[in-house]
Amino acid sequence: MRILTYIRQVLDAEESVHIANNAVALENSKLVMDTMDEYGVEEALRLRESGIEAEIVAVAVGPARVQDALRTALAIGADRAIHVETDIRLDAIALSKVLAQLATQEQATLILSGGQQADWDSHALAAATAERLHWPQVTWTSALELKGTTLTGKHDADEGSESFTLELPAVVTTQQGLNEPRYPTLPNIMKSKKKELRKESLDQFDVMPKLKFVSAEIQVKNRLNKILDGKDAPAAAAQLVDLLRNEARVIA
Amino acid sequence: MILVVVEYANGKVSKSTWEMITAARESGREAPVTALVLGSNIAPIAAEVAKAVDQVLVADLPALAQYDPELWSAAVAQIATEGEASLVLIGGSRSGREYSPRVAIKLDAPLLEDVITLKATGETITSQRYTFLARVTETIETTAPIAVVAVKPGVFNPATPRAEAGEQFDVDLNLPTPRLKVTGKTAERSSRISLAEAEIVVSGGRGVGSAEGFTQYVEALADQLGAAVGATRAIVDAGWRPYSEQVGQTGKTVQPKTYIAIGISGAVQHLSGMNKSKTIVAINRDAEAPIFKIADYGIIGDVTQLVPAILIELKK
Repeated sequence: MRILTYIRQVLDAEESVHIANNAVALENSKLVMDTMDEYGVEEALRLRESGIEAEIVAVAVGPARVQDALRTALAIGADRAIHVETDIRLDAIALSKVLAQLATQEQATLILSGGQQADWDSHALAAATAERLHWPQVTWTSALELKGTTLTGKHDADEGSESFTLELPAVVTTQQGLNEPRYPTLPNIMKSKKKELRKESLDQFDVMPKLKFVSAEIQVKNRLNKILDGKDAPAAAAQLVDLLRNEARVIA
Repeated sequence: MILVVVEYANGKVSKSTWEMITAARESGREAPVTALVLGSNIAPIAAEVAKAVDQVLVADLPALAQYDPELWSAAVAQIATEGEASLVLIGGSRSGREYSPRVAIKLDAPLLEDVITLKATGETITSQRYTFLARVTETIETTAPIAVVAVKPGVFNPATPRAEAGEQFDVDLNLPTPRLKVTGKTAERSSRISLAEAEIVVSGGRGVGSAEGFTQYVEALADQLGAAVGATRAIVDAGWRPYSEQVGQTGKTVQPKTYIAIGISGAVQHLSGMNKSKTIVAINRDAEAPIFKIADYGIIGDVTQLVPAILIELKK
């Protein structure tokens, strides 16, 4: 079987956000493979290690720099990678069209993708891709097993969690708790440089953004910043409770 | 029409539904607001929501007893098409975020996710949402005859029910067979209020010292205030608290009126899950902790001394 793992390259969480020309400017910032997608690559490897014969293909869409995130996926253990290179910003609905076509071309039967991406804070990509392929989906998985063509596992629902079974082909989203992603070792980083990273052009996918991104602003909420010295604990506690009761009026 | 897909839990219409009705009414689209209720034995839900909308469409079917993304998206897309909806509003719950993209694809419509503002002017719909771990507000436009909108919970004011109720109609649906089989459920229920619904959240981080410290300080303060309990990733990873309590990038996003952070330094991943709280209170020993930069009120000091003192003060 063939597993596609969808990868996004995002701003390292420790980095500051900069805005230029009404959009988040990522030049000169540290960029990394999205953590949520790391769980996807790791899970693909674990499925294979559980005895399933699988080729793991990492896929990404975006500017030239995105290939660095794909190289990380290859170093973790993906077999090969496909990079659809474009500077056009696609929304999740538009992007799913590319991913669905690649899944069909590659005859994949399982797609793994992060439950939420840390750049556009979106949950839509996996479900949109599943719908385009007419496949079922299961989101926010916290446990996954594959026997033959049957997936079983556990996933988060509105209230609590559910156990499920699902037949392949399917789209699955991954999250913290599903596994602990391994680090790429130096030998594997060296090996990954020889693995195939195929470049594709966006033109062949006939895709147009559905949304127009007009502007971006850094969140600034003016906070009161009334910070008390707590050396005298009872006095500080009395003062805080008084402020919360009588100034902020947030407790009774 | 403007279609609002009703969210409900435990036999009651969820707060998110009333919020979506406000978003629909204030959207600028001149069209009747229609609520769609999907489920089984949902007459009380339909009657309750009728008091805030122009009409209610009810699909009361045994097949809909259990939520399924394929059933829900098929039902919503069918009703939106038949009713020539111009806007389809879906709640930003886990399930809403899961099936709304499928509805958008079925309708060949754009999807506006997690919207915090929504304004239609002529053909153009403008909305805002948070991105980059909730550090950025983006403004997004779209032009289409129909758009699917997932509304972020806790942002719009809940609509107030009227005395007069909108009319109810039963609808027929062509539903697919669900493929995802749910074989068991584990409720996240505890005796406490849920993180999503709570007006006050008390959260703890490494600074509480231990799992026992968490119970002694964070849970005690939460119980005193009738608040929900949250935790940082570090202490969930350490096994002190369950994942269901984790607040942050890879956990839950909360937006309570008051967020009390105890022994939390304020890594950006945690802040992204709570930085929209109206009032933020921080207690931490480290004066340089990033949490103080976004706090409205705070005390620099020892949690083990301060929380018991606060508990005594609250009981006065």
